[in-house]
Amino acid sequence: MDNLVDIDKMTFRRGGRVIYNDISLNVPKGKITAVMGPSGIGKTTLLRLIGGQLTPDQGDIRFDGKSIVAMNRSKLYETRRRMSMLFQSGALFTDMNVHDNVAFPLKEHTRLAPDVIDTIVALKLQAVGLRGAAKLMPSELSGGMARRAALARAIALDPDLIMYDEPFAGQDPISMGVLVKLIRQLNDALDVTSIVVTHDVTEVLTIADYIYILADQKVIGQGTADEIRNSESPLVQQFLKGEADGPVPFHYPSDKLEDALFGDVK
Amino acid sequence: MNPIQALGANSIAKVAAIGRAGLMLIGAIFALPKLKNVPLTIQQIYVVGVQSLLIIVVSGLFIGMVMALQGYTILVDYGAEGSLGPMVALSLLRELGPVVTALLFAGRAGSALTAEIGLMKATEQLSSLEMMAVDPLRRVVAPRFWAGLISMPLLAAIFSAVGILGGHVVGVDWLGVDAGSYWSLMQSSVEWGNDVGNGIIKSLVFALVVTWIAIFKGYDSTPTSEGISKATTQTVVFSSLAVLGLDFILTALMFGIE
Amino acid sequence: MNKYKAELMVGVFVLLSIGALLMLALNVANQTMSTKGDTYTLYAKFDNIGGLKERSAVKVGGVTVGRVTSITLDKKDYTPVVELSIISKYSEFPETSSVSILTSGLLGEQYVGFQPGFSFDGIANLQDGDYLQDTKSALVLEDLIGQFLFSRGKDED
Repeated sequence: MDNLVDIDKMTFRRGGRVIYNDISLNVPKGKITAVMGPSGIGKTTLLRLIGGQLTPDQGDIRFDGKSIVAMNRSKLYETRRRMSMLFQSGALFTDMNVHDNVAFPLKEHTRLAPDVIDTIVALKLQAVGLRGAAKLMPSELSGGMARRAALARAIALDPDLIMYDEPFAGQDPISMGVLVKLIRQLNDALDVTSIVVTHDVTEVLTIADYIYILADQKVIGQGTADEIRNSESPLVQQFLKGEADGPVPFHYPSDKLEDALFGDVK
Repeated sequence: MNPIQALGANSIAKVAAIGRAGLMLIGAIFALPKLKNVPLTIQQIYVVGVQSLLIIVVSGLFIGMVMALQGYTILVDYGAEGSLGPMVALSLLRELGPVVTALLFAGRAGSALTAEIGLMKATEQLSSLEMMAVDPLRRVVAPRFWAGLISMPLLAAIFSAVGILGGHVVGVDWLGVDAGSYWSLMQSSVEWGNDVGNGIIKSLVFALVVTWIAIFKGYDSTPTSEGISKATTQTVVFSSLAVLGLDFILTALMFGIE
Repeated sequence: MNKYKAELMVGVFVLLSIGALLMLALNVANQTMSTKGDTYTLYAKFDNIGGLKERSAVKVGGVTVGRVTSITLDKKDYTPVVELSIISKYSEFPETSSVSILTSGLLGEQYVGFQPGFSFDGIANLQDGDYLQDTKSALVLEDLIGQFLFSRGKDED
């Protein structure tokens, strides 16, 4: 199978703390790949690594067969035009309305005539159901609408890869359902490759073609949705069922409570 | 960490920050020759320059008036109230114009620049630009930098001109200094290159420093509400200190050493 | 915000600052005698130049005709040499002209007062690079007081 993104034995440290230790990950072309894991293990960092905003300490990351790590600046910028990222907050430009936000990448990277751009923007907004909201400012949108507007902007240039950073976090069930449907539809209709980073298990299991579960700096489980559900790994099961304590401990590493309370005063 | 280690780590971090600031400045300066950025820069001159106009005009007027009042009470004892014009004009052009404008600019526009860029960072707008293959240095930082550099000398010129008019109002219209001697003595003691020109050079240097600090503090801020508030405070404090310190050095170079 | 409005306001801002600069240039600063224009150079030796500085004015009957461009000390006899740069328009001063260092008002700046001499037959005009022979030094307050005390002392004897 053809992979769009290959992560090969990659190690990444930040401020002396190891975030990823020698992990390997493949994202097949035209599929939705989900990356799950508990909060705070650097899932967003993974997307930034793929986007070339961060550089791994060891190992390699390849996009369409070419190493992102070894690219110079202009090559990297060229490659980034083929990917887009939906940030957790949407990251709409607050000083422009929705229409201008979606038109922004088109104006920056193409020389299309203004009326052509207007048409494209209208189509993209129609795809996410926000054509009527084109004149609104980002501050006037609800969280879910902002994310959909950002999604329209992300697909403006018809990228090969869309990366979703926690697309479902903090959404009500209806907008969550809308987003799930949108991700699936866009993936099939535009023939793009999607990476969804999330910790919302149930939603992702319904749409993802392949799933990686990260914890403890490593990949602890991978497979299709069914394989994951039937996994025997206690870690995976704890994550799927949302148990408070287990292989992923409830407590942040610390000394023993008894020592802290009753131990000798240092 | 023991204190010596902490001191060392702190110093290394500071040097690294200076390095990042320098790299950012270079990135912003070399981003000028794009024609596409001219409308963006004009937009920013509106935000940074035009919106600072009111505070500059009002402060200039009052400072000119106060100087005329103070100067008059001292000069009149020596029968030299005719020298009020040169006194007001020279202190405004050489010192107060550039310095007070820079301080007001740091408070009015510098803090706003820091907060805006800091918030753009916190809301991932800068990251998102980068992921769209648009360089935030070129798109966000450069127009603001050039707008600051262009606006401040213009504001300083307006400040001085308004201050001299304010001095005229108090000195000539209220206190009865002869209008002819106010203007003619001013003209005979103020030189275009030496006084006006050096004032503009000072103002350019201050503009560079204040805008640089403001933009860098925003660009390098910790993207949290606490981090942005700290960065905004630091912008005002650092740029005020830098302006006053540099003013002494520049004055010594321009007027002090014969 | 309306883009056109911003552009308009920036235009007003730039015009305002050009106006301010024009006012500074025309009403506040004197650019007539700064440096440019044709000049010729004369030298004058004084015993004492008092508070004369570079860029002090050279005046004939109150009209500025030039500037002091440099002040140096003659290495041989240790007297100050003042270099005067005079506008070429005023080039017909006879050799008998004299210069003195004067003060404008009680507390004013010092300037070089230029007294054109009479021109007889056989008296040439001053040329570029000439030395003025007849010079009067600046009045130094301490010397004046000294003379005054000295003359008082003589009277009482």
